[in-house]
Amino acid sequence: MQDDWVFIAFLLPLGMILPSVAILANRILGPHRPNQAKTETYECGMETVGDTWVQFKVQYYIFALIFVVFAVEAAFLFPWAVAYHRLALYMALEGVLFILILAAGLAYAWRKGALEWV
Amino acid sequence: MGDPFGAIGQWLLDLLTGWGLAPALAAVLLKFLGAAVLGTAVLVLTFFLIWVERKVLARLQDRLGPNRVGPWGIFQTLADALKLVVKEIITPRGVDVVVFYLAPLMAVMSVVSLWAVVPLAPRLIGSDINVGVLYIVGMGAVGTLAIMLAGWSSNNKYALLGAFRSVAQLVSYEVPMVLSLILPTMLAGSMGMVEIVEQQRAVWFVALAPLAALIFFVSSIAEAGKAPFDLLEAESEIVAGYNIEYSGLVFGMFYVAEFLHGFTISALTAVLFLGGWLGPWADQFPLLGFVYFAVKTAVVYFCVIWIRGSLPRFRIDQVNSINWKLITPVALATLAVAAITDKLVPLLGWGRLPLHLAANGLIVVVTLFALRAYARSARRKLDARLDALHRRAQPASSTSGAH
Repeated sequence: MQDDWVFIAFLLPLGMILPSVAILANRILGPHRPNQAKTETYECGMETVGDTWVQFKVQYYIFALIFVVFAVEAAFLFPWAVAYHRLALYMALEGVLFILILAAGLAYAWRKGALEWV
Repeated sequence: MGDPFGAIGQWLLDLLTGWGLAPALAAVLLKFLGAAVLGTAVLVLTFFLIWVERKVLARLQDRLGPNRVGPWGIFQTLADALKLVVKEIITPRGVDVVVFYLAPLMAVMSVVSLWAVVPLAPRLIGSDINVGVLYIVGMGAVGTLAIMLAGWSSNNKYALLGAFRSVAQLVSYEVPMVLSLILPTMLAGSMGMVEIVEQQRAVWFVALAPLAALIFFVSSIAEAGKAPFDLLEAESEIVAGYNIEYSGLVFGMFYVAEFLHGFTISALTAVLFLGGWLGPWADQFPLLGFVYFAVKTAVVYFCVIWIRGSLPRFRIDQVNSINWKLITPVALATLAVAAITDKLVPLLGWGRLPLHLAANGLIVVVTLFALRAYARSARRKLDARLDALHRRAQPASSTSGAH
């Protein structure tokens, strides 16, 4: 089983090295003539105003929060799904109950307006 | 006899041990070689895929597409890549240099690494880990992280906002994707990709769980950022989003990652729901199994391009509301209903397939009724607003109508 992960251990760095070779080729073959105008931040040709790292809307945070809830739910459901064929009906129903509780959570978020994109 | 992959592997192993290497070291070296071949093949395939996409999109739009550079324009992508190679890489002032250059590498890595767990033919898979499905979810998330890094390190307000939107969309659509991935795991009893393909010998999972296949397909298209969910990097939107400040092949790497992701999700849909390499005589002739897999992936990829060429782009609020209010509830319902249905098969005595199809049909009918009710209430609200506007605009009509 370790052999399987060895393949992935090789593929992941290779997946980063191969594009970096291409980018290296670009650095070698491309010109390097930076000047004032080229290295400025792009804002459709106008002068930038204010700080770059702006404060972001709280809506992004709420979506990420709901995502975390469902991702953890899915992480718990994967072992249940793998063992599914060995389960009796009531065990399957317990998993369904888990899903329904989280669906109720989604419904609550919906009614509270947490899913609106303002 | 029809197993060239196994034969080549065995020949290489014999060659390496013949040179005096310990068998364990030879096996590891073979894995490295396999990883190198897979990574390179997948990246070179992208050249071909971009050409295919451009040609098919062109035909859908009643034009020819690239046809000058080489026969049928095959070398167009190569020409574009060469153009990108000789462009200047501009590092804007104030960017976080390490993160700026790490982001495209991570984006490409996240997509290339998915190919490690795709079974290409019987007994031909990069690594048959027993958590293949979970690995897919995890490595897909690395791509999302790469986009956030790209936007944040660019020292550009609009890149940052574009990156936020991208991540909001990608993270939202991860939920139905993961939920629909639980279904093939449940039906196969394992997260390993080889096991999932083997369990589809009786009937493909697309027949047992058509809704889950559809949800996985749609949410994968959103994950890959292809139309109609390509708000993130379309030229007319937020000025190309998170990759505003990228130039040359650094930008090219994001482009490669996106196209390859589109093809990778086609391959994953084919493996998880359409039976991968299964087909008549695929067991005796593994090469034929590879052909089946390639054909199925190509069909799904054609559907992806077809959808891209046919539908207009969604707005960001439409994207989010479709996900959280339609697709995720339907995914949850599909999962719950399928879990109950599969346990009812021995109890009810129908077949497994008709019972699952009936359950999916039930969910579809309920969803359509819910959509109709929602559309009606939205129409009623709109009509009420229009009536109120009319009444305010023409107060004289009610009195002047009486002469």
